[in-house]
Amino acid sequence: MTDLLDSLLGGLALGAVYALVALGFVVIFKASGVLNFAHGSLLLFGGYLVAVLHDDLGFAGALALAVVVTAALAGALDRFLLQRGGHDAHSAHVQTIVTIGIDIVLLTELARRIGGDLLTLGDPWGDAVTELGPVTVADSRLAAIAVSAVVITGVFALFRFTSWGLSLRAAAEDMEAAALMGVRLGRVRAGAWCLAGALAALAAVFLAAFPAPGLERTTGQIALNAFPAAILGGLASPTGALAGSLVIGLTEALVVGYQSELHVLGEGFGDVAPYAVMLLVLLVRPNGLFGAKGAARV
Amino acid sequence: MPEAPPDGGGPTLHVENVDVTYGRALSALRSVSLTVPPATVVALLGANGAGKTTLLRAVSGTLRLHRGAVTAGRIRYGDTELDGKDPVAAVRTGVVQVPEGRRVFAGLSVDENLRSGGLGLGRRGRAQVQEARDRVFTLFPRLAERTHQQAGLLSGGEQQMLAIGRALMAAPRLLLLDEPSLGLAPQMVHRIAEVIREINEQGTAVLLVEQNAGMALSLASHAHVLEVGETRLSGPAGELARTDAVRRLYLGESAQDQGAA
Repeated sequence: MTDLLDSLLGGLALGAVYALVALGFVVIFKASGVLNFAHGSLLLFGGYLVAVLHDDLGFAGALALAVVVTAALAGALDRFLLQRGGHDAHSAHVQTIVTIGIDIVLLTELARRIGGDLLTLGDPWGDAVTELGPVTVADSRLAAIAVSAVVITGVFALFRFTSWGLSLRAAAEDMEAAALMGVRLGRVRAGAWCLAGALAALAAVFLAAFPAPGLERTTGQIALNAFPAAILGGLASPTGALAGSLVIGLTEALVVGYQSELHVLGEGFGDVAPYAVMLLVLLVRPNGLFGAKGAARV
Repeated sequence: MPEAPPDGGGPTLHVENVDVTYGRALSALRSVSLTVPPATVVALLGANGAGKTTLLRAVSGTLRLHRGAVTAGRIRYGDTELDGKDPVAAVRTGVVQVPEGRRVFAGLSVDENLRSGGLGLGRRGRAQVQEARDRVFTLFPRLAERTHQQAGLLSGGEQQMLAIGRALMAAPRLLLLDEPSLGLAPQMVHRIAEVIREINEQGTAVLLVEQNAGMALSLASHAHVLEVGETRLSGPAGELARTDAVRRLYLGESAQDQGAA
């Protein structure tokens, strides 16, 4: 029973962090029709900035700066590189391929700088734990859940109540009609990329925090698990990204927690589980949990 | 072509000898000219592919989304140059297009669709929004009853009303309407025609693209007929409606009918 609660809490924390990544991925797709394969590298970039800056600026200052710089980088990549291709569906495919190139360049440089090191981010939680009745939880996980909940609520409020959010949703529905209403497609798009960059930098902190050993050059790959979360949620649906992330996070934690019972599947099934779940969900709901036909943007 | 008296004040739209080319190769308009004086209705007729929508795109600044460009001529609204500008520039000067096929934001509520119509005005337009909303709800009481409904669930006629209402939220002085009668029941076409007349009587000029020539000519003071990218006929709507070519080609009358008449 304790094991189960342990796994559920761990899964919730993991899902909360995946949600930050998946939400960014989905917002980019919704705004630009581009699948951002450089998302993991952006995340690593944000985490790396925190790692090198926290000695001088303190954790909070380093995190704030990393969030801003990663947001700016993502926005600039879109505005000055991807948007030159245009806004139509055909160029979105080309731009998706371009993000693979961006990923390779960014990742290579970051891997060169990080090497085989494990970088600490100087987060205030360290390896502290809190007793919650029968279970012991790492403070970093509680922080991940709390921060994600607040940030994600904020993002949904942006979608709902701001002009930018309305512009984004209108442009995702019908780009030309939105343009005719005077929506500046380029700015709305770049704004979405900035938001996604900021969310990725924030997620990096929690992916590198205890019980993870620290930030390594492969941290960006862990974020890959957020992709099946986005896809099984429906790719163009922020709500779907949230639900998908929780499903993936819980699955991963449960599979790892009950590894000994699942040994027939072999070791390391936890790495495969997100994709297995994605495939199962897509068999039943081909457009994802919240996809409907709205995801026909590709 | 005789100028209609500028009774409503405000700028006149001048389209002068405009050429439009898609993808640098496909010529869609050749030396097309027309004017829309303030507070008038001008109709633009023609078959599919004649270039009617292309002309509206050239005015509203959305050609670029279709890889098209104005390659010759100029488009002015009052003193503002519109050719080569983006759609925001058109919306800000008061020129707003209602796209063909309604194109409401299906997943958004009626209210959000209307809000989206005011997006181009930026911050300074906030004050106008409430006023514009009242105007829309007076014109279309049915939208006022359905503000929270998803736009995609409205009937075709209601969607057309919403599309026009959405454009009115930007407080246009010139409304570009692309086939507002398309796919609507005859009764609804009649209703839409009434609405256009009402909008015009409130002082908004209308450039009306239609295949339903009967409806368009009944509303317009002037009309132009496009044929494969060139102006074939233009003149006062009443005169055009009596010409043989228009009667035969666009009003659906056969040679025999004309003989009988």
